[in-house]
Amino acid sequence: MSADPQSIIQEIMRRTGTDRGRLLDIAREVQARLGWISEESIQAIAEALGVKPVQVRDTVSFYSFLSLSSTGRSTLRLSSCVAGKMRGSKAVEEALVREAGIPFGQTSADGAITLVHTSCTGMCDQSPSALVDGKVLTNLAPQDARKIVDGLLHGSSFSQTRVESNIRQTGPVIFAPLDRGAAIRAALNHSPQEVIEEIARARLRGRGGAGFPTGMKWDFCRKAQGAERYLICNCDEGEMGTFKDRVIITEVPDLVFEGMTIGGYALGAKQGILYLRGEYEYLHKQLEEVLERRRRLGLLGASVCGREGFAFDIRIQVGAGAYICGEESALLESLEGKRGAPRDRPPYPVQRGYLNQPTVVNNVETLCCAARIMEKGADWFTKMGTRDSTGTKLLSVSGDCERPGVYELEFGIVIDRLLEVVGAKDVLAVQVGGPSGQCLAVKDLGKRICFEDASTGGAIMIFNTSRDILSIVRDLTTFFVEDSCGWCAPCRIGTALLLKKMDKILSGSAVRRDLIELESLGNTVKTMSRCGLGQTSANPVLTSLRNFPRLYEQRMQPGDFSPEIDLGLAIRQACEITGRTPSGEGGAR
Amino acid sequence: MSGQKLHVIIDGVEIPADIGQTILEAAQAAGIYIPRLCYHPELVPGGHCRLCTVKANGKPINACTMTVTDGMVIESDTAEMNSERRHILEMLFVEGNHFCPFCEASGSCELQALAYRLGMTAPAYPYFFPRRRVDASHPDVFIDRNRCILCGRCVRASRDRDGKSVFGFAGRGIGTLIAVDSPAGLSDTQLSAADRAAQLCPTGSIVIKRLAYRVPYGKRRYDLRPIGADIEKKRTDDG
Repeated sequence: MSADPQSIIQEIMRRTGTDRGRLLDIAREVQARLGWISEESIQAIAEALGVKPVQVRDTVSFYSFLSLSSTGRSTLRLSSCVAGKMRGSKAVEEALVREAGIPFGQTSADGAITLVHTSCTGMCDQSPSALVDGKVLTNLAPQDARKIVDGLLHGSSFSQTRVESNIRQTGPVIFAPLDRGAAIRAALNHSPQEVIEEIARARLRGRGGAGFPTGMKWDFCRKAQGAERYLICNCDEGEMGTFKDRVIITEVPDLVFEGMTIGGYALGAKQGILYLRGEYEYLHKQLEEVLERRRRLGLLGASVCGREGFAFDIRIQVGAGAYICGEESALLESLEGKRGAPRDRPPYPVQRGYLNQPTVVNNVETLCCAARIMEKGADWFTKMGTRDSTGTKLLSVSGDCERPGVYELEFGIVIDRLLEVVGAKDVLAVQVGGPSGQCLAVKDLGKRICFEDASTGGAIMIFNTSRDILSIVRDLTTFFVEDSCGWCAPCRIGTALLLKKMDKILSGSAVRRDLIELESLGNTVKTMSRCGLGQTSANPVLTSLRNFPRLYEQRMQPGDFSPEIDLGLAIRQACEITGRTPSGEGGAR
Repeated sequence: MSGQKLHVIIDGVEIPADIGQTILEAAQAAGIYIPRLCYHPELVPGGHCRLCTVKANGKPINACTMTVTDGMVIESDTAEMNSERRHILEMLFVEGNHFCPFCEASGSCELQALAYRLGMTAPAYPYFFPRRRVDASHPDVFIDRNRCILCGRCVRASRDRDGKSVFGFAGRGIGTLIAVDSPAGLSDTQLSAADRAAQLCPTGSIVIKRLAYRVPYGKRRYDLRPIGADIEKKRTDDG
């Protein structure tokens, strides 16, 4: 990669412009072209954008797909997702290390390959999986390692394995036949305010997990003061075990854009942005093609569907590896070219969001529902689901079951029944809602999937009786340690402390007092953290403590206290440093 | 301000407040101290330390950014909130390498003073013992990251008050650090000892050189009166 960063950056900026808000795009392209973002590149970007180098570093050092040290010509990122582990990612990892001759975290001597771990890549139903320079490898087995490493060493072009959509059950809302433009035309028969009323009448709630009433959100934004309004589609599903948005944008991207356009009409927004998680970069090109086709068909542009005065277009912002950007205010920061740290609220995004203007951030699935509601009516929609959770929900199912994949089901399905549908046997625990959700035991499987009972953004991970739940809780906690943005102390430090405590428990050296401390620590993280994700980062620990107390108690040592450190190890280390041994073991050397 | 007054109740005491005022500001104006570390009156609030978290109408929220509403019931100086604050202080102490006995900020350090005020003894959490870099390249100021609590005051002060952006964050999660605007170190930046960024550090992380230990024991900022006493003085004076 012997190119001059200066000239490459100047070339990139001729296309992106010198708007600081496009820093993420610029950094992503420098990364792709040069393999890393050097000090020289940082200086050049800063100079061109008119900001300080430390501000560029502030942003780029935040994202895991941007590297501040030189990497190999190719970087292989193996997903460290729990589902992958259950399907043998450890053996794949070992085979890759053997074939490449380097441990994870390092670059081969010839500069060909860098091996690293990455958070869940959204391929849990076809794991183990990895990303190589933006391309996806799925269903990996140890015997694939040689071919992969050979290919990378010899620089042969890499072809992506087929990513399966694994739609196991279709439903009437998301995976139903689509008449392109029909929903928009239906919406245009109403005033923007009437559109919002129809969405409210359908009692549509946000599908990302929080369940905020969509009609109310749109109404707040429409009524807020601002020169511009923005509609953002949050396609940054980074929660381990969640992959339903990937399937939506693969299979029915038009429905998503339809919903965004209707949202734009209702809010009075001219600009929509789809924030695509960096892991799904391989879908970027085809999404752009869909947008281009919609422009040709008059479904986007100066007068949408021929309606004078309704101008709306959509751009795609690709992320760069940060789970936290799925939090709506962190996503807005990222869109503005900054680190993805959530904002304090109030003000809420509907008051002051993207570029300080009233902004709605909606989940991919929510926007699809909005489009269908306009097409088929609120009455049709409310016939499905429960009283407080209308319509259907996409569930991304992974773990111990015969048919992992995506299911479109009416809200209200009992978990027990869901487990039958997906072919799960000998179930020990079900993680509903990903790491930030809850770890349910068999006694809770009569709960229903809906906002008023067991709520989920879509992730359902199943663990059978052969699994060690506490190891899984540890892995889920590791996820939060690695993906905490670090802005606030309780989440940044608290999650790392939760992990230390889980390690102590798993090592078999904990006593009962540790469990009390673990719970207290979890509660501090929950109460004191800044954003919704920080507040839920102790959930794997807290919900498993509540639902599987015996699994913890079985690992406890008798006694009131055991030290946090390994005393023997500490003494050995001290001996090494000082070059002396305790007198009881032979005296000073 | 329109001059229109609201009223809020904090720990059972009704106090007046202005529209648009934060909980922290309203409390402070009434002589009630809410613990804080990353907040500084000269800077936009950062929301990093969470020590000013109170319960507003039963819901935990940070007082430095949450604005008051009329009739809001705020719980701050309660056993529950102070216990959570102590936990955060303990976290900050184990995250870095804080050795009060030989730190020149001792006695005037806000972190230390808050730990005393809130009755923190030894941290119950295991220490991280991170390796952190000290940058003493600048002739007049040094940064010792061992003592940094990532409150971001330097970042905001340098950006908004000094107009220099000498400091920024780098990395994320438990690996987050304060970076300076040059790979060569502080000496290669525009920082001056007269900058607000050089003066607002609540701990001994960013320190102006050649001033250490000049103030004798007994006369340091928090030797005789706990942190927050200046704010509470208003209330005792008025009352």
